[in-house]
Amino acid sequence: MTEVLAPPRRTVHQALDDAWSSPPGLLGFLSAVNHKQIGLRFVWTAVAFLFVGGIEALLVRVQLARAENDVLSPETYNQLFTMHGTTMMFLFAVPILEGLAMYLTPLQIGTRDMPFPRLNAFGYWCYLFGGVLLNWSLVSGSVPDGGWFAYTPLSGPEFSPSRALDFWLIGITLVEIAGILGAVELIVLLLKQRAPGMNLARIPLFCWSMLVMATMMLIAFPVVLTASLLLELERKVGAPFYDAAAGGNPLLWQHLFWIFGHPEVYIMLTPATGIVSAVVAAHTGRRIVAYPLVVAALISVGIASFGLWVHHMFTVGLPQVVLGLFAVASFAIAIPSGVQIFAWIATIWEGVPRWRTPMWFVMGFIVTFVLGGFTGVMVASPPFDGQAHDSYFVVAHFHYVLIGGVVFPIFAGLHHWFPTFTGRLPNERVGRASCGVQLVGFHITFFPQHLLGLQGMARRVYTYAEDLGWDALNLVSTAGSFVFGAGVTLFIGNLAWARRRGPRSPRDPWTADTLEWSTTAPPPSYNFVDQPVVSGRSPQWDRQAPAFDAQTLEALAALAHPHRGRREVVRTSVFDARPEAIFSLPGPSVLPLCAALALSVALTGVLVDWWPLAIGGAAGFGWALVAWLNGNGAHR
Amino acid sequence: MSRRRGVVRGATVVVLWLLLTACAGEAGAWQPRSRQASIVLWLFWVMLGLAAVVFVLVVALLVRAARAGDPAGVAGDAGEQAAERRARRLVLGGGVLLPVVVLVPLSIATLTVAASLSHRVGPPALPIEVIGHQYWWEIRYPDHGVVTANEIHIPGGTPVELTLTTEDVIHSVWVPQLSGKVDMIPGEVTELRFEADTAGTYLGQCAELCGLQHARMRLHVVAEPLDRFEAWVARQAEPAAAPEPGSRAEAGAEVFVEAGCAACHTVRGTGAAGELGPDLTHVADRLYLGAGTLRNDRGQLAGWVANPHASKPGALMPPSSLEPEELLAVVDYLETLR
Repeated sequence: MTEVLAPPRRTVHQALDDAWSSPPGLLGFLSAVNHKQIGLRFVWTAVAFLFVGGIEALLVRVQLARAENDVLSPETYNQLFTMHGTTMMFLFAVPILEGLAMYLTPLQIGTRDMPFPRLNAFGYWCYLFGGVLLNWSLVSGSVPDGGWFAYTPLSGPEFSPSRALDFWLIGITLVEIAGILGAVELIVLLLKQRAPGMNLARIPLFCWSMLVMATMMLIAFPVVLTASLLLELERKVGAPFYDAAAGGNPLLWQHLFWIFGHPEVYIMLTPATGIVSAVVAAHTGRRIVAYPLVVAALISVGIASFGLWVHHMFTVGLPQVVLGLFAVASFAIAIPSGVQIFAWIATIWEGVPRWRTPMWFVMGFIVTFVLGGFTGVMVASPPFDGQAHDSYFVVAHFHYVLIGGVVFPIFAGLHHWFPTFTGRLPNERVGRASCGVQLVGFHITFFPQHLLGLQGMARRVYTYAEDLGWDALNLVSTAGSFVFGAGVTLFIGNLAWARRRGPRSPRDPWTADTLEWSTTAPPPSYNFVDQPVVSGRSPQWDRQAPAFDAQTLEALAALAHPHRGRREVVRTSVFDARPEAIFSLPGPSVLPLCAALALSVALTGVLVDWWPLAIGGAAGFGWALVAWLNGNGAHR
Repeated sequence: MSRRRGVVRGATVVVLWLLLTACAGEAGAWQPRSRQASIVLWLFWVMLGLAAVVFVLVVALLVRAARAGDPAGVAGDAGEQAAERRARRLVLGGGVLLPVVVLVPLSIATLTVAASLSHRVGPPALPIEVIGHQYWWEIRYPDHGVVTANEIHIPGGTPVELTLTTEDVIHSVWVPQLSGKVDMIPGEVTELRFEADTAGTYLGQCAELCGLQHARMRLHVVAEPLDRFEAWVARQAEPAAAPEPGSRAEAGAEVFVEAGCAACHTVRGTGAAGELGPDLTHVADRLYLGAGTLRNDRGQLAGWVANPHASKPGALMPPSSLEPEELLAVVDYLETLR
């Protein structure tokens, strides 16, 4: 239950804004730590990378439009599909979801900022520099070309002697650092900073999904960091971790990569389902049914996803018993996914759906994701996977899951929360049209690829022979990809237009149930004038008064008057969100930027084998950390 | 209504057309020619059938849900509780019961098919060694002393066992009409076993990204009656016939050694004993050049020897600097290697 606050009392607003806003000007921009600013930076940077990755995909499709095409050289083709996969996975999907989490979870749980705002800023700069470094390879000319999972020994020193793979490894490492830090923040935030009264059974499903995502990232990302570090050591100093001739094992890379890589799929999918739950609830006017089952499904997907990695390795010659176990485990993941799908269907059934753009994306999501789920079950069957693996059937499958299951929900979420981000509404007609164009384009692009795969078209081939009869389906697929690209451009264009010209949004345009809609759109720097307190799962719809003693309420009310201009937030207990203490957060600083820059310089030094640069960067990083730890800025 | 029906009809036509085109051309896994590939296709149809039933069910429920929209049903605490109960039934029925009902038989089918695929019965299989190289396949018949490349001849109806290894990076053998794929991993030995049930030439492809020319690392499996296979393997086991004395081919044999071809290629029965490239003892007998890149005829052969990179950029064989006369001599020579 939240008081709807009429225009904030002027003096209160002033005092809070003084404490919480970022300083103006360029320095203010570089030193910003506010979760909303950082979150949006993640979102819009990721959208920029979406276009980079999308153009790469279109070039790949142009090359494949007909047999023996020579628009691209084999070299360029291998570089483009590698950069496409890497960009979409590491620079678009995960960061945009992190950005949405950073912006929205503090608002949904009714707090003023994330627990370590400077770490947040540091994470963003690492992501940005990692992404720029990775794409700098396009300028420098040695572009990674080993595929997005960079199997050894092809990615090792012998078969990839240029710097291309070092760009990949070091860029990815920086981005993964950002991911791990974001995960730490989200876990602490969601466990310790929920509004008083928001016990575990009242956490919005969007936040639950982000908690699961963050926990998975915290476990999965260090594995790929380790794998990358070992490979970089093999490349730079000849430590033969993956070199069979010297006693290493190339399958070690595959195991490590997929112990990360399979959860990675659910790291993207789980928050996407959280977005769907938020959108369905808001646009049907009904809470998601069977909340405990849905939460159980989220958590079990998170756990189970760590036990499925071998289904990416069904063709490497592992024993039958192992294949059987991983096959059945992979089938079983259909159950938690099914629970969520039917929970949304039941919610739509019991609610009153209002057919605005986000709901259309949700419908497209459900249909497409279910189809991707079916092909997922098929490829989880080892005998069939023998045919499907590394063929266009699998390419079709994972685009159904990643575009249908992740991108459509992200777009639903971007439209849904755009009023919160900007205070303006995107155009509904254009939004719906863009959804339709995307759905049509998507299925024209990817459905034929199932057929091509079973006809024998292997993945990652830059061309195919003329006498195979694959031209027609490939041409259809290429045509579809341009339709899909047009749909995406239309969607993003609508947002770009609405950002300045869209109609002003009311505070809560969808009459949604969660706390981000209880404050202004966009929210002030401090999010809420009065600390929200919660008595149910849908604070905006609940009518009960929260039960807290007068003393607690008084202490919470005092948060509206920052003590000595400090950034104060309330800390609550993990299970029942009882208020425990009030603590202050650090303010703006350029040190996160300095630290990220120095770290990137150090890693670039390693990349170009210029050790003075590496050592200088490392020294700078050390200095920035010391300065950072010396004064945390919590007390002004 | 009629507009919607028109859309449905249009979509049906499109889907049918796609399915028809899918069956045109060389049909891969759709047209299995071995017991192994046949049961996998059967498994696929079973899974597709189950998926179709579940898909229709889910979409029907979704459409029904989207049209239900009855605000009266939401009113009141009692209505709320009833709605939640209904919803929970749907979630448990659709989300738990339905997957279990579908997946238990599917698990049994999968494990049964997997067991059947690894089942070893019948006569001992013909052993064939396949060694992956960037970007071609070395083929050895250890029982017959035969070494060839990019073309596996097998007797139809007899089990063959391919032993898979690699010289460099990971490759993967995939001949969709005969079997699912199996990877070649450095430092490991993997196996692939099947028996072709129909004579024919089946296209295979490297299925694991192995570098620049992963696309043009193709393979052909020629299944033929036992007597023809035996004749083939006997011919392959012989050393190369010496070219006719005084012919241009004989000059070509000299060029072959002097120009450096022999540094990488073996021609059994001659001094050429290089080991980096394919064995050329019976190269003229093969269907294709450059691992399925070019048809093997005189013109293509000359083009390939002159500059393999014209058709296969990134191939490890360098372009040659032969004079035209030398080139023709080498081609003459290679054409005698039947």
